[in-house]
Amino acid sequence: MKIIVLMKQVANKDAILRINKDQTWIEESDLSYEVNESDGYALEESLRLKEKHGGEVVVCTMGAARVKAVIKDALARGADRAIHIVADDSLRPSPFAAASIIAGAIKDEHPDLIMSGLQSDDNSYAQTGVILAELLGLPHATIVIEVDASGEGLRVKRELESGWYQWYTMPKPALLTIQSGISQIRYATLKGIMAAKKKEIREVTPQMDANTASHQKVTKIYFPQKQKQTQFLGNGDAKAGAAMLADKLRTEARII
Amino acid sequence: MKHGILVFIEHRAGAINKISYEAIAAAQDIGAKLNQPVSAVLLGANFQDLAQQVTAYKLDGVMYADNEKLAEYTPDGYADAMENVVRARDPFLVIFPHTYLVRDFAPKLSARFGKGVISDCIRAGLENGELVFSRRIFLGKIDADVVPNSDAPVFATFQSGAYRGETAEKGEGAAVETMAVEVGEIRMKPEPAFQEVKSAVDLTKAEIIVAVGRGIKGQENLQLVEKLAQILGGEVAASRPICDAGWLPIDRQIGSSGQTVAPKLYIALGISGAIQHLVGMKNASTIVAVNKDPEAPIFDIADYGIVGDIFEVIPALTEEVKKLKG
Ligand SMILES: Cc1cc2nc3c(=O)[nH]c(=O)nc-3n(C[C@H](O)[C@H](O)[C@H](O)COP(=O)(O)OP(=O)(O)OC[C@H]3O[C@@H](n4cnc5c(N)ncnc54)[C@H](O)[C@@H]3O)c2cc1C
Repeated sequence: MKIIVLMKQVANKDAILRINKDQTWIEESDLSYEVNESDGYALEESLRLKEKHGGEVVVCTMGAARVKAVIKDALARGADRAIHIVADDSLRPSPFAAASIIAGAIKDEHPDLIMSGLQSDDNSYAQTGVILAELLGLPHATIVIEVDASGEGLRVKRELESGWYQWYTMPKPALLTIQSGISQIRYATLKGIMAAKKKEIREVTPQMDANTASHQKVTKIYFPQKQKQTQFLGNGDAKAGAAMLADKLRTEARII
Repeated sequence: MKHGILVFIEHRAGAINKISYEAIAAAQDIGAKLNQPVSAVLLGANFQDLAQQVTAYKLDGVMYADNEKLAEYTPDGYADAMENVVRARDPFLVIFPHTYLVRDFAPKLSARFGKGVISDCIRAGLENGELVFSRRIFLGKIDADVVPNSDAPVFATFQSGAYRGETAEKGEGAAVETMAVEVGEIRMKPEPAFQEVKSAVDLTKAEIIVAVGRGIKGQENLQLVEKLAQILGGEVAASRPICDAGWLPIDRQIGSSGQTVAPKLYIALGISGAIQHLVGMKNASTIVAVNKDPEAPIFDIADYGIVGDIFEVIPALTEEVKKLKG
């Protein structure tokens, strides 16, 4: 089974975000990055499927030179090779554009399965995978938390809201967007890191056309307006804050 | 001519999903601002009576798209049916609630019109006569204003709570218009939806919940949180990453894919406050947040906040509560 995993590099979850001067995006100069959380789970699931059923795992990522870190890490964990769609930081494609570019980059690959995370932690469009499936004419399932590929087709467990689940079956090839927590993510081993150095990374220049134009334009970004009056306690002193909080919970909220 | 707003009504298990009324409220609000008629659409197989319920709202039309292949939700079926409806009605804007079902098929639908969805919006308004949508990005830390940059139709989804369902205006007039739609081959076969075996703890009954997030760093630190919960007489709960890592069982997870609770007191420790967590706990009477990041979105809904390290605050708070309880 040949699996393509789409992975994106996003700002580190704990990074302090600053907004750039013209309010079009965050300040990226001194930002630290990491792999998008659910994409990491998509990779793990594809490695497990390969271990069970044989085949190949190909990582595909788009971005500037820095996204090589995502590729190297994925290769070290066990992916076989990579496709790097080399794009400038300024590209920031809308989801249809991103899917169109990816469709172009993988058109000769003919995978049995494409997997991505269910959404990115930066723009959270939650669409690139689904649009890619449509562009490639593939069936898809989103928010997947279990994959059974032992039969002819696929049987996948989808998460619904409020603790409900549902199994779907569909033929291969297909595209799945993976929910965090599908399995426990492995660490890269030293052996894996060494082996990764010899693995192929194919660089692709995105083909720009009418489809890769932005169909939605971000005009401005800003910090959200606070809605609630929060009483901040302790002013940086944890002990004082805790004492004040305990007191408030007794006298104001009357819970203790 | 492209005109009018079309709003998608979601239903499941024979009932209209309440978030659909929020979508109606959004459509009515935008319709009033732009002086545009609003119609609703519901898809199904023999669900006329559900469509009938929608006529209680102030709408210029209620369409019911019927096909036996729409008896159960599938992305293939829903995308085909909605494509039929959108092409026939030619709206300039199609509005959906941002549910798991909509996330599953709306991008597929929009792709057939050569574009994506302006997804998970929290607001929409006019700026210099132009429709501007606002979305929350970076897990709730930043807002982005977005304008459509293509021809109609524009597809947009609204986050749960962006509009209040009760504000959807009632009215009468529109009769249900049944429409036959063509649906092609359905490639995915759904099995019945189910819940995992009933959980051991019912967090919805707890009066005090002490919830912990990724800030706790390791499973071995959970005992700090357990101690605090115990002294307060409350239950321990968690954000998703804690359950994903297997540190706590999934029945302790609060949020859109976990439990929804409204205790008297909810203490969020090292939780950033992503929307999928907030929807599960924002109705708690008193919310306390402890986070080292003063900009963490969780503070936006907290009554009391401590900016600080949970590894200092939790033991200190445990001591203080112990003192008060004597
Ligand atoms: C479809 C879908 C469904 C989801 N369902 C759910 C759900 O049901 N429930 C849920 O919770 N999430 C859910 N999520 C995930 C959600 O988007 C967030 O990723 C998640 O809630 C983040 O958890 P967190 O706040 O614990 O972690 P993070 O976002 O990583 O936040 C950790 C916080 O801890 C703080 N911190 C770190 N160290 C310390 C310290 N020493 N002292 C004080 N503070 C510290 C940091 O400043 C940060 O704010 C869902 C996501 C999707 C896409």
